[in-house]
This record gives sequence, C-alpha cells and structure tokens, in this order.
Amino acid sequence: MPSYLLFIATIGGIYGLLALSLNLIWGGAGMVNLGLAGFFAVGAYASGLLTTAGQVPIVAGWMAALVAGGFAGLIVTLSTTRLRQDYLAIVTLGFAEVVRLVAANEIWLTRGTDGISGIPGPWKSALGQNFNSVYFLIVVAALVVVFLVVRRIDRSPYGRALRAIREDAQVAQVAGKPVLRFKTEAFTLSAAIAGLAGALYGHFTSYIAPDLFLPLITVYIFLAVASGGTGRPAGALLGAYLVMTLLESSRFFVEWIPGTTAVQRAALKELLIAVALILVLRLKPSGVLPERIPPAPRPATGASS
Amino acid sequence: MPLLEIRNLRRAFYGLDVLRGVDLAVEPGGITGLIGPNGAGKTTLFNVVSGLVPPDAGSIRFDGQDIAGWAPDAVSRRGLVRTFQVARGFPKLSVFQHLMLYGRDQPGESLWQAIVGTRAARDREAELAEQAWATARFLRLDHLIDNPATALSGGQKKLLEIGRALMAAPRLVLLDEPTAGVNPTLQNEIGERLLELPRRGITVLLIEHDMGFIARLCDPVIVMAEGQVLTEGTFDAVRADHRVREAYLGRRAA
Repeated sequence: MPSYLLFIATIGGIYGLLALSLNLIWGGAGMVNLGLAGFFAVGAYASGLLTTAGQVPIVAGWMAALVAGGFAGLIVTLSTTRLRQDYLAIVTLGFAEVVRLVAANEIWLTRGTDGISGIPGPWKSALGQNFNSVYFLIVVAALVVVFLVVRRIDRSPYGRALRAIREDAQVAQVAGKPVLRFKTEAFTLSAAIAGLAGALYGHFTSYIAPDLFLPLITVYIFLAVASGGTGRPAGALLGAYLVMTLLESSRFFVEWIPGTTAVQRAALKELLIAVALILVLRLKPSGVLPERIPPAPRPATGASS
Repeated sequence: MPLLEIRNLRRAFYGLDVLRGVDLAVEPGGITGLIGPNGAGKTTLFNVVSGLVPPDAGSIRFDGQDIAGWAPDAVSRRGLVRTFQVARGFPKLSVFQHLMLYGRDQPGESLWQAIVGTRAARDREAELAEQAWATARFLRLDHLIDNPATALSGGQKKLLEIGRALMAAPRLVLLDEPTAGVNPTLQNEIGERLLELPRRGITVLLIEHDMGFIARLCDPVIVMAEGQVLTEGTFDAVRADHRVREAYLGRRAA
C-alpha cells in the first residue's frame, strides 16, 4: 500500500477511536463533550512524556494514557454534577483549552509550543520502512478491541439504561437508575478511550505540540459521529473514515480547479467539506448508519402469563 | 400498619405554600383515589413523595422507612414507582425496551458485567424478557412491542406507563391521571387493567378527575384542597360532604 494511504488509514483509525469515544457518551447518554481534543491531548502528553523523559516502555505509556484520560474524565464529570446538563458542554470546552494552554506554557514539563519530539515508535528502527504497516495493524487492533467493548455496552442492559438517560434523565431516575453513576462511568471510559487515541497518535507521528490539539479536532469528530450515525458504534466508525476521506481527498480535488491561488484553494477545501457533510445529513438525517431499535426476542414457547 | 404514611408534609415554591402540612395514610392492598380541584397540590405531593422535589418539612414513611428527601432512583428501587400526568418516557426506545428498563435487579447494568457479558446478566435478561412479553400481552400492546414510544397514541402511552410500573413490581404505585385525554372505551380498559394491580400485591394511589372512574375503582377517596387533606372516606361519603363541593365550586358569596 502506498505510504500516503497507509498514513491516512492510520490517522483515520485514530479518529475512529475518538468517534467511538464520543459516540459512547453523546450517542449513548446524550452528554455533549466539546473537550474531546483535551482528553486526546492528555493521553498524548502522558504517554509522550513518560516514554521520552520518563524512559518507560511504550506499552506502559499507552496504559498510562488510558488511565490519565479516564482520570481527567472522572474529574470533569464529578466537577459538573451539580450543574445543569448543558453546562457540561461549556466545562468540557474550557477543559480542552486549559489543557492546551498548560501544554503551551508549562515549558519545564511540556517544552511549550516547541512540543515533544522523538517520541519512540514500537520496534521503529528494526522495522524501518515497514513501521507504518505494523503501526497501522496496531491501531486496527486497538480499534477492534474498543469497538467490541463499546458495542457490547451498546447492546447490554447498561446501554439501554444509558439511552433512557439520554432521552429523559428524570424518568430514568424514576425507573430506578442511578443516573449519576451511569454518567460518570460512561464519561470516564469515553475519556480513557480518547486518551488512548492520543497516545497512539503521538507514537505514530513521533511529535506532539499544543497546536495539534485545537478544538477543530472535536468538531471533526462531532461531524463524523453525526454523519455516520449517532448511537451506533459502526456508524461512528464509518463516519470517522468518511470525514477523513473528505478531508484528504478534497486536498487533491481543489488542485484541479484552474485559476485559483493557494489561499483560495485552502478555503475551497473547507467549503467542499462543508457542502459534502450538509449533503450527507440532508439525504440521511440520522446518519449513514442510523441507530436501530433492537427487536424484542420472540418467546421460544407459546403464550404464558 | 399503613404502607405510606405522610405527616405534616410542607413544600413552598417562591414563597407560595403548595403543600401546607399534608397528613395522609394509604393502607396496603387497595386502590386509593386522590381528588381535589386544580392547584390543590396533588401532583406536587406525588413529586415530593417520589423524590423529584425535596420537601421543606415533614415525614414520608414508606414500608417502614422515612424516605423524605431520598433521590428518585433510591425511592424507586425501594418499591415506590410513579407515572406522569402527561405520559413521559423515552421517545426513541421501543415498547419492549421501556418494559425491560423497569425490570429490577439486572446485574448487566453494571459496566463491568455489561462488557464481559456475564451469565447472570443473560439469565436475568431472559427472565425479564418473558415478563415483558406477558405484560405487553396483558395490556394488549404486544403487537406494538418493537414500536418506538413516539409512535404510540396517547392512550397507548398511558397503558405503557402502567406496564412499566408492573415490570418494576413495586409495593406502591402512584398514578397521575391514568386516563387523562383518553377516549371512554380505552378508559374502561385502563380501569380494568388497574384492578389487576392489587391482585398482584401492588397498592395504588391515583390522581384522577373523572368522577365515574373514581367511583368505580377507588376506595377510599382522599380529597385535597389548598395544600391540605380536606377529608377522606368512601366515594359516596366524600361526594355528600359539603366542604368538598365548596372546594370544587367555591364558597357561595354570603
């Protein structure tokens, strides 16, 4: 596979992890996390710092990213429990900005806007040119595991309770569901997945800097989940690759438009992405793979009451 | 001993006393009616008892425990479930999912068991599914079992609320106007289904404005007015009470 496509497929897989993370809480429980890029950054920095300055093995860095992302998610949800639901969106947005500003200014720890370079890749020197292929497989493996976990949750009684909370948290409480526990757990797991995605990103590109974690990433992932299908893991994953394909292919598409300057082409690229996503949502308002209602299992034997 | 015993329950909103010292008791086993003119505080009483609104003062003894100020989910798990005046639910969830959601003691509602997919969770799910089918058939909603709640008619939503309460197998269910906005045929059907609840060991306290419905189903009837209990007795007794008429129709200008 040409290395460019492999690169795109790997980054697409990392976006896929972020989309699964967002779908778990947004599609699942109706919680809006506008700070996804922040949890992504926490994971990237945790693993990046530990494996460069801390000299720990890469796998330990990835585990640390999961824990760091989850811990940040736990702190954010617990600090918003007394607020009304809409405020979670604002708090998470602020959280992501705080993470970015800390990364840019706490130079002693994060080397500021210079970023952290030389983040090791697994068996990078031994693999040489094959590194990208192997890393792609690692990302796919992570994607498969996370996908199976979130799909299990989606189809379980737990997922059913999350959906009920999304539709009407108060009635879910009357139904006996401890809403706060469900939300906290789901958000923590979601943030942990975003943290893992961040670590996978850092060890792939070997370089992270505050500028790589702009709120735009969060917007892309929201677009991915919305266009792919909210409330369905397969939809979120498909949406991530859809957005990735749009982002990358539009780059070539605008090259063919004659008589444009580089600045105009960059603007046209954004325009194309916007138009494409509007078209998707116009034709498929619930996304390409909309949420399904699982049919009730038919009783094996005849009527009994 | 009463199943539910409320003493001196008070709640004000923005300085307006909505509950002004409510005292009432519900004995186990029957269908108790709660009537009163609009603004008497009936729905607020339900909101306070079910934990959605904390009381300012007073005690709510349910099944031997003071549940005043408990969170709604704790009240529900203790065995007290309520329905809403305007049927509320989860629009995108199916009838089946609604019923399953009210099933108790599902270990698959722990995150870990959901991910691992334990046998205990699967077995409980199968048990609940059987109950959900039986409940749907009982309410004649089984042909709609995979429909999302948003596709149900108003009356069917009311039936589903009763079904949800049945699935929870509570000790006490509070029904807020179970037949509001329902046509007379379906109203009769709802009434018949409600009679089944005490037979299953579920005590019912219901708010209703249709006096025919109250007369048929409820004994005793509790009358509320202006945030307090006015009187209590058989339907005929409270109907004959001049204070009840005054509460509904207003005191004649002297």
